[in-house]
Amino acid sequence: MAQSQSEIRYLTPLSVDTKKKKYCRFKRSGIKYIDYKDPEFLKKFLNEQGKILPRRITGTSLKFQRRVARAVKRARHLAMLPYVTDLMK
Amino acid sequence: MNNYETVFILTPVLSEPQMKEAVEKFKTVITDNGGTIENVEEWGLRKLAYPIQKRTTGFYTLIEFDAEPTLIAKLETAFRRDEKVMRFLTFHMDKFAHEYALKRRALKKNQPKAEEPAEEPAVVEAAAPVVEPEVNVEEEKANE
Repeated sequence: MAQSQSEIRYLTPLSVDTKKKKYCRFKRSGIKYIDYKDPEFLKKFLNEQGKILPRRITGTSLKFQRRVARAVKRARHLAMLPYVTDLMK
Repeated sequence: MNNYETVFILTPVLSEPQMKEAVEKFKTVITDNGGTIENVEEWGLRKLAYPIQKRTTGFYTLIEFDAEPTLIAKLETAFRRDEKVMRFLTFHMDKFAHEYALKRRALKKNQPKAEEPAEEPAVVEAAAPVVEPEVNVEEEKANE
């Protein structure tokens, strides 16, 4: 008796928000080389200030995070991406 | 022999012939030292993401070439000596980078005719490696 009372019942089953599993887009689509000459693509891995986003947000695997970072840094050297900025997006 | 590519930025103060001349100069540096040029792309006057030497624009040029590693030092000293060059980056392409470069070249050639709106070029190109040989065939036909 006591148990059934303490249980809260809902008419509609609660939608437990199942978190979308993050995945590494490079592994999934089979990209092996990240081009530093394509700033528009690299912008997906930067925040508004032009900083590189961490893996925990983008879901990139460690291997490709390193490569993304390298590509971003190369693009910055060639002034295709800014080192510091505001409101990039 | 290794595959390399180099991108350099020339100052915007140059006139068109001066710029062409500078590009030719670096091409001869490569060919004179036993390198072979694969591809040259001129991206034209581009806006820089941040000012370099108080200039906000620059002429970008990309040269892809095959060469011995000893050439790179010579090329880079040539870049450093030349005041017209604001920035340069030489990059040794591994086999994946080389594949990508070939694909990119094929796509670039096709684009002026087809004019496909490429939203995600890097992904699209990498996702369609099978298409590459066909693309090349089409190109050859078009060239004929």
